[in-house]
Amino acid sequence: MSNSDSRPRPALKLPGANALGTLLGSPKAQLGFVIVLVFILAAVFAAALAPGDPKKYVGKPNQPPSAQFLLGTNPQGKDVFRQLVWGSRLSLLIGFGSAVLMTLIAVVVGMVAGFYRGVVDDVLNFVMNLFLVIPGLPLLVLLSAYLKPGTVTIIFALAITGWAFNGRIIRAQTMSLREKDFVAAAVVSGEPGLSIIFVHILPNMVNIIVGGFIGAVTYGIMASTGLAFLGLANTADVTWGTNLFWAQNGGALMIGAWWAFLPSGLAVALVAFGLALINYGMDEITNPRLIAERNIQSVLRQARLPRMRATPVVPHEH
Amino acid sequence: MNTKPPVPEAPGSAGGPAAPLLEVRNLYVEYLTPRGPAQAVHNVSFSIGRGQVFGLAGESGCGKSTIAHSILRVLRPPAVITGGQIRVDGADVLKMQDAELEDFRWRKVAMVFQSAMNSLNPVITVGEQIDDVLIRHNRLSPAQARERSAELLKIVGIESARLKSFPHQMSGGMRQRVVIAIALALNPALLIMDEPTTALDVVVQKDILRQIQQLKAALGFSILFITHDVSLMVEFSDNMAVMYAGEVVEMAPAREIFSNPIHPYTRGLLSSFPSLQGRRRKLTGIPGSPPDLVNPPSGCKFHPRCTRCTRLETEAAPQLTEVTAGHWVAYHDGLRLTEAAA
Repeated sequence: MSNSDSRPRPALKLPGANALGTLLGSPKAQLGFVIVLVFILAAVFAAALAPGDPKKYVGKPNQPPSAQFLLGTNPQGKDVFRQLVWGSRLSLLIGFGSAVLMTLIAVVVGMVAGFYRGVVDDVLNFVMNLFLVIPGLPLLVLLSAYLKPGTVTIIFALAITGWAFNGRIIRAQTMSLREKDFVAAAVVSGEPGLSIIFVHILPNMVNIIVGGFIGAVTYGIMASTGLAFLGLANTADVTWGTNLFWAQNGGALMIGAWWAFLPSGLAVALVAFGLALINYGMDEITNPRLIAERNIQSVLRQARLPRMRATPVVPHEH
Repeated sequence: MNTKPPVPEAPGSAGGPAAPLLEVRNLYVEYLTPRGPAQAVHNVSFSIGRGQVFGLAGESGCGKSTIAHSILRVLRPPAVITGGQIRVDGADVLKMQDAELEDFRWRKVAMVFQSAMNSLNPVITVGEQIDDVLIRHNRLSPAQARERSAELLKIVGIESARLKSFPHQMSGGMRQRVVIAIALALNPALLIMDEPTTALDVVVQKDILRQIQQLKAALGFSILFITHDVSLMVEFSDNMAVMYAGEVVEMAPAREIFSNPIHPYTRGLLSSFPSLQGRRRKLTGIPGSPPDLVNPPSGCKFHPRCTRCTRLETEAAPQLTEVTAGHWVAYHDGLRLTEAAA
């Protein structure tokens, strides 16, 4: 029957549905992106933002924030603002670098173990369990102590100790996906195993891999900061971790020089927070129902109706 | 000739003195999409009397299942009900809150879902799955529930020893029976069956439908029967409606629709199925594909695919009109056609 009247209808329309639009459309992800982007930009434009050598002695130690030293000076008389900005370079590099390595190992080992099962799985799963039960931090400490200290060493050590967790998740998901009919169809049509793994199974778990990657970045930054704080990194490098190490070394906490350790500590926490928010946004891309849910709630808000689980009734003209 | 749009009395309800069990009036359901709302159900009205079977027929995507799910208010986002009334036993479903709906679902209206045999949990025995409903809704003790579950299985023709079976140990037909037993567990007044037998072979299909008919006679519930198999529906339903693009195009007693279809779409639908008896005839089918529901065609939504279309159809949407007693059609030419036939 017809739309007899031509009165304007309320906006019952959903926003665009491409992946990027979805990610950018989620308020949580927006905030996350802004936070992470601020730090990445700070790292890239460190020279313009905080010109000068962060390792240089610039003034009296433990000066509180002032116009001359935005965040004061640390117990060694270095500019804390410079240290914060320049420190983001190596900290983010180690975080993302180790995450790439961790994810690569986890995907390859996890998928091969989950897909081929049998002896292959027994061996790989044993290795994964081994790395899971070895306490991560002590192994990290050992590795860092015996290997030549440096950025590459840290990235390598973090990847070795941190990949197994995601590997187990990816193995489980592969085992579940390989039972699906579309994989069975690929098997009977004679496709080789590797092609099935990468063409059919991998794209179906991109959400898990990306989620794992984001988690791995957080792990990488946190763990490298922890190592550096313990003095197990090259203390000549400027990272958020070494900043904390030097602040602790000079007794900043004891004399109440909060400006010496708070900025770098906060930076680590903020980046982790931003990455977690981006992960929420990823959920919505891979599960469009969540977007629909969010949009329905906004339609209900517009119509001044309460939230409900049942199919909402929003009367309007037809 | 009687025209009282937009709400025709549904066939069957006029005869009985009591109010119908289910009454759907001017129902609108929309799916919100980035291109705008898709009008999945557009001004649909019908009613089902007590103990009656009402059939909804139509091709995939015409809104049959959407109607079924909106009666239980279980359509998931981005669906929104944008108008109309649904009354079950006098209670206004569209005014209910979550808590009321929890009690209403399954106790008043139960549903056998599409591909229902896959809706059983593979790692729990069927007995436990029937028990669950009884313990949750009727607060029976586990022992009482088990007793009633055995009874329910017997009702649908499965021996009670199979309570301990897992779903994968049963055939498709048996699983379907289990699902029907779960639907009947709380003695609902209305049973919605959304393509309940589509995945089964004709023999089992027939068997199950016969059994449902017997159960209906014994327990007295009404049925909303949804299928695209029109011949099955004609056999099984008292009244039926044919839907196209979210609208009811024809509604009448099932036999009347079968013997005297008026709307070109109904005729097309009926000529898409072979009949088992009678002369052999050519199956014609319906050319074209279903319309875009975000920007539906003007006038009669069927006109782009219709062979008997006039200019009138492309401009004005025909209203559901009662052409003979209990036979409603949304077709400009319907009146003339029936008169010519008479």
